[in-house]
Amino acid sequence: MDRFNSSRRRVVQALGAGSALGVLGACATQPAPMVSTKTLGRVLVVGAGYGGATAARYLKHWGGAAIEVVLIDRSPEFVSCPLSNLVLGGSRTIADQTVGYQGLRALGVTVIVDEVDAIDTSKKRVSLKKSGDQSYDRLVVSPGIDFNFGAVQGLDAEAQKTILHAWKAGQQTVDLRRQLESMPDGGVYVLSIPLAPYRCPPGPYERVCQVAHYFKAHKPRSKIIVLDANQGITSKGPLFTKVWNEQYKGMIDYQPTRNVVEVDARSRTAITEFGDRFRADVLNVLPPQMAGAIANKAGLVNANNRWCQVDWMTLESTAATNVHVLGDATLSAPAMPKSGHMANQHGKAVAAAIVEIMNGRAPQPAMMTNTCYSFVDDRNVIHVASVHHYDAEKKTIVAVPGAGGVSAAPNTLEGTYANAWAKNIWKDMFA
Amino acid sequence: MKIRLAALAASVLCLAAGGASAQDARYLASVCANCHGTDGHSADSQGIPGLAGLAAPYFIEQMNAFRTGARQATVMHQLSKGFTDQQISLLADYFSKQKKN
Repeated sequence: MDRFNSSRRRVVQALGAGSALGVLGACATQPAPMVSTKTLGRVLVVGAGYGGATAARYLKHWGGAAIEVVLIDRSPEFVSCPLSNLVLGGSRTIADQTVGYQGLRALGVTVIVDEVDAIDTSKKRVSLKKSGDQSYDRLVVSPGIDFNFGAVQGLDAEAQKTILHAWKAGQQTVDLRRQLESMPDGGVYVLSIPLAPYRCPPGPYERVCQVAHYFKAHKPRSKIIVLDANQGITSKGPLFTKVWNEQYKGMIDYQPTRNVVEVDARSRTAITEFGDRFRADVLNVLPPQMAGAIANKAGLVNANNRWCQVDWMTLESTAATNVHVLGDATLSAPAMPKSGHMANQHGKAVAAAIVEIMNGRAPQPAMMTNTCYSFVDDRNVIHVASVHHYDAEKKTIVAVPGAGGVSAAPNTLEGTYANAWAKNIWKDMFA
Repeated sequence: MKIRLAALAASVLCLAAGGASAQDARYLASVCANCHGTDGHSADSQGIPGLAGLAAPYFIEQMNAFRTGARQATVMHQLSKGFTDQQISLLADYFSKQKKN
């Protein structure tokens, strides 16, 4: 099977895949799709986030009854990270961010709410905590990120109860909002940002806007200190800077190259690698990140001890056969952000690759787009967009030169678009 | 325009042959779904228009207007530049065959 697939891949490369010609080449050489009711295979998808839920939905959408799809997640419902900063700003609730699995179940996806205990890629088996073992023909692992709490001294289990990240939407988002609500006017909110790569490049800066938006209306004497380990704002820099200097003038103290390596939970103090100390009333630390723990347990982490390398033609792991890894957990291709939008595109690329392979055809490389909207208040939005395609020579996905860009300025039309984006992408994932 | 027509003709031929291109079109079209809805069926057409059922020549014309700047946009003028004429033809053909919401 594997040898068969790699020889297929060589055929695709010989045809000049990645260029528009690849499409016509495939047309000329591939047999007509077979309509069949027999089962082609069983796909397990681990993780029902932007990547995994999309993969499951599109495996059914394109694969039909012939492909059995089982989606596993420990969470009984999906809570979106994108737009969750607005819960902190006060214009959305966590319920607005939440979607159930009923649409996927109606399509014929088997959804199991359970935790994955172990993945044995040699035996093609996944062990669940409560529901026993599940076998697969193809495995899709979309575990998102986990935090390297050990990189921040003092951020132990006890300290994590009060020093929140809220970088996975859910209870932490609600709790951070409560901390901001309890903070007296004139208090200080400190946000620390890790070195890139991390989940959602513009996310921390949007969060600063959302907290500032809340403070401006309710606690105008309060201050925000941003301790950024990076040399500058990593996404939409000039746009965020302008908003901070104009709309939130005098409220935000942005400090680049301030890498927080230690916290003192009792005094809510962040300490940088040079020993500078910043005391906060609300301390929000985004620790350095890595592929979700289950990826490591399955032996799929093979880049910098943090991320999962994949073949960008099929998103198949370079560490194990018949296993695909998606989303934030991957070692990103050049100029590819770790975003929910991008993970959704990964999910479709994987679904297409698996449908093609299971039908005995050669998978074609995928096009991908990215559009990340950031709310600078409750209505005005800025975006960054890009288009990505497969480069057959470099054997990776690269940004299409000349395409993509950012907003000219914050505007309410893009606020409307951002809300419609959320509705459409959630429906695209969960049907 | 000649090139575009040629690309369109090629894609139509390809589709008529029932080759892999039928799948390529649906895979390519899924790239648009994040914002415009699955197979072009927008869940919030007041916010972002659906693409399902748009006439193919209209779709091509609009994409070209985004690319040249003849049609103002917030993001489509940036995204449209990432697609080839042939890809736009494939998309136009695919969305024209989807039922309107």
